Amino acid sequence: MNSYRISHLRQLESESIHVIREVAAEFGNPVMLYSIGKDSSVMVRLAEKAFYPAKVPFPLMHIDSKWKFREMIEFRDRYAKENNWDLIVHSNMEAYEQGVGPFTHGSQVHTDLMKTQALLQALDTHGFDAAFGGARRDEEKSRAKERIFSFRDRFHQWDPKNQRPELWDTYNTKVRKGESIRVFPLSNWTELDIWEYIRQERIPIVPLYYAKERPVVNMDGNLILTDDDRMPEELRRKAEMKMVRFRTLGCYPLTGAVESSATTIEDIVLEMMATTKSERTTRVIDYDQDASMEQKKREGYF
Amino acid sequence: MQISLTENTIAEFLRHDQQKDLLRFLTAGSVDDGKSTLIGRLLFDSKKIYDDQLAALERDNLREGHAGDDMDYALLLDGLKAEREQGITIDVAYRYFSTNRRKFIIADTPGHEQYTRNMVTGASTADLAVILVDAAQGIVTQTKRHTFIASLLGIKHVVLAVNKMDLVDYSQEVFETIAAEYKNFVTRLNIPDVHCMPLSALRGENVVETSEKMAWYDGKPLLHFLETVHIAGDRNFIDFRYPVQYVVRPSHGYRGYAARVASGIVRKGDELMALPSRKRSVVTSITTWEGELEEAFPPSSVTLTLAEEIDVSRGDMLVKPHNIPRVGRHFEAMLVWLGEQPMVADRQYLVKHTTNTSKIRIDKVRYRIDVNTLKRSDAGEFELNDIGRVVLTANRALFFDPYEKNRATGAFILIDPVTFNTVAAGMIIDRVSEDELPSKITGTSAVTASGKRSRVPLDEREARFGQKGVTVWIMGLHGSAKNDLAYSVERELFDRGATTVLIDGGTVRSGLSRELDYSPADRAEHMRRVAHLCRMLNDQGLLTICSFISPDDNIRRQTAEIIGRERFHLVYVDADPEFCRRSDPELYEKVDRGEASYLPGADMPFEPPEEPDLRIIQEKDAIDVSGVLDYIAARGVFPLV
Repeated sequence: MNSYRISHLRQLESESIHVIREVAAEFGNPVMLYSIGKDSSVMVRLAEKAFYPAKVPFPLMHIDSKWKFREMIEFRDRYAKENNWDLIVHSNMEAYEQGVGPFTHGSQVHTDLMKTQALLQALDTHGFDAAFGGARRDEEKSRAKERIFSFRDRFHQWDPKNQRPELWDTYNTKVRKGESIRVFPLSNWTELDIWEYIRQERIPIVPLYYAKERPVVNMDGNLILTDDDRMPEELRRKAEMKMVRFRTLGCYPLTGAVESSATTIEDIVLEMMATTKSERTTRVIDYDQDASMEQKKREGYF
Repeated sequence: MQISLTENTIAEFLRHDQQKDLLRFLTAGSVDDGKSTLIGRLLFDSKKIYDDQLAALERDNLREGHAGDDMDYALLLDGLKAEREQGITIDVAYRYFSTNRRKFIIADTPGHEQYTRNMVTGASTADLAVILVDAAQGIVTQTKRHTFIASLLGIKHVVLAVNKMDLVDYSQEVFETIAAEYKNFVTRLNIPDVHCMPLSALRGENVVETSEKMAWYDGKPLLHFLETVHIAGDRNFIDFRYPVQYVVRPSHGYRGYAARVASGIVRKGDELMALPSRKRSVVTSITTWEGELEEAFPPSSVTLTLAEEIDVSRGDMLVKPHNIPRVGRHFEAMLVWLGEQPMVADRQYLVKHTTNTSKIRIDKVRYRIDVNTLKRSDAGEFELNDIGRVVLTANRALFFDPYEKNRATGAFILIDPVTFNTVAAGMIIDRVSEDELPSKITGTSAVTASGKRSRVPLDEREARFGQKGVTVWIMGLHGSAKNDLAYSVERELFDRGATTVLIDGGTVRSGLSRELDYSPADRAEHMRRVAHLCRMLNDQGLLTICSFISPDDNIRRQTAEIIGRERFHLVYVDADPEFCRRSDPELYEKVDRGEASYLPGADMPFEPPEEPDLRIIQEKDAIDVSGVLDYIAARGVFPLV
């Protein structure tokens, strides 16, 4: 039976495709949240595979906090066009027009209004009953117990004490009107799996993941890219050119770069295996306290 | 993993790494068995814990640690705040690590009795279970419970990790006593592969490296075993089952059936049968994004196209015509109750089985099993964490295999129809044979003399009609001309002044029994309804003439009991099976081709009655009513003068 061995990547792929198809079959109005990051890129590819040769039967949605790296937005628009994606972009315009941003309002207010609230607005506006997210269980402690199909009440809230048991690959997809499910098809993937899959499948990713000379400012130990002139001038003046890359992508003022010379996926994997920092530490929002992610999830953040 | 890999070797490393297979295992133990420490040790020693998580650990350790001078590995694991405060894990947590040989997913489940639910959840996807005991405590009740659940969920490999050997001075005698007791216990369960290992997770003895302190132990350390245990053979490559998940229809004439291969192997050109339609077609392609495949095997997700357009949709199952699963609405299963609300018997739940969702009723609880003693006891209804054997009836036929043979097609969940919570997990044992069905036609004890309250007694009715209220039950094979005979008899009796009612299968099935199929269990229910109808009509003094195949003694006896033996007159139309075939070749041939089923005398047995009240030999097409009429007159049912 040796020829019927299946590699862990193919097994993970098959499980994810199964999850994605299950949602498309059982929900009336699903959406796939697309963050432009590497995990999202893998998730979108899995969706394309799940329905091949047909088109993915649900839209992708990007919650644009208006503070993303410019290269992310360029990448998003180019790939959506080239691959004929049905892409929804939503921003919390009310907060944006009031000038909310991380430099003026701090990371917590910004994240809440431009990410969490923006997401909830978009879900309500479109009446989505299922939303795919690219989160992985190995990212962070509180995610280790998250279900693949994670139930949310009418207020999009997650109750860690009251999760539905999830057995085999038999997913309970029943929700009442107004309730919804967050679905995490990449739950069982690790960071290394993601990189190996990107390499194996030649999945395009935002160039920010690769090292390059970039102007960065050291803010409280985080190397922040001077991506546009909304960064206060006194900070921008301190910028230095450094060979850096990003291990995760988000709002540029909240995402620290790491010094690196990795210009290929092989370099990145090599660096990752030797590295001393786990992935999310370069995200400033996690820094406050250990249980902060759990708190954000209860409130509706992915 | 080597940190000193150079860029040249990294490509080689990745090529190797991508080909590793995946082992999912479960860890279970009592609160103080050191389970979290063991997992922390596996993660730590396999060098997958990143330094900043370690830094956070050191910080936490000052505040909450329980391990004295040693690093408290458990703190790495307990995710949710509430749990950390209580010092126990209360939900299944998944952990990931890899070595040079394999990738691993750990389902870490808590030990407390009230969390049977979580262990069942974790066990449902695991290939292997590591069950921990404290060497100083030995086998405890929870050890037995964990082992039973592993066995119940079909886990084929179990490791008993005898932990904290450091507390018993690494004593061989202590270990062997525990191992012997455990092996004695597991012989009562269905676990093919059991290993006992002595270790100390805290001190790292025999976890990754062979322990010098336990030189007497000649087995491999735990991690080595996990890396090498053979699990691919646990998959079912024999019985092809393809529960259709989604129909892929891009605009241009392509129609593909997307699913995950649950078991078995499918190749291009294979003939497949669709359930429930039993229509056949041939696989023309196995489509994937990478290109077409020649064959697909579990657990791949693929898309099949078929030569002929047969109607297949989500919830249907594609199988091989000569290896079909059980098809039926009635089955027995082991059920684990997961809901906070207790089970309500006779209430309709939703069942999700493969890609099918249907309504289902719990007909009977056969027993509840005490997970600690394995003793069975009677139970009315289940509460949270109860486990036991039940009989279920779904509203439509499911396509299933016993769980023991096929995890994917033997597993199901029950969903509360109001709250939509998942309330139970089930593992199908087998189809229920008709004579074992509870509360079906056998429930004759509930028949009481009806009509008692009527102010018109039966004898007055019979006097007015000038007849006896009886049932003339005409039976025989399909095609034996029993219907013709019944209609002719009725016409004749009516013409002579009798007040008659004619009941035949087709009429009842089109209305009263329209949700029932031809399976033995449904047939029994169908007959039960007809029998009660006859009884009511007879109580009104009406002469009832019935025409049913009535294939076995069981059905006939029970029908007679419901109607009343003295009022039940069995007429057997005895026709040669070949004669019957000739009168409806179409149906018989359909059954031969497998497109129809449950036809007595064709694909299921037909037992002729040994002592019918009247036997009519039917050899030619002509109908002769005289035999039946003479019988009726002779029994004083209706005077034929």
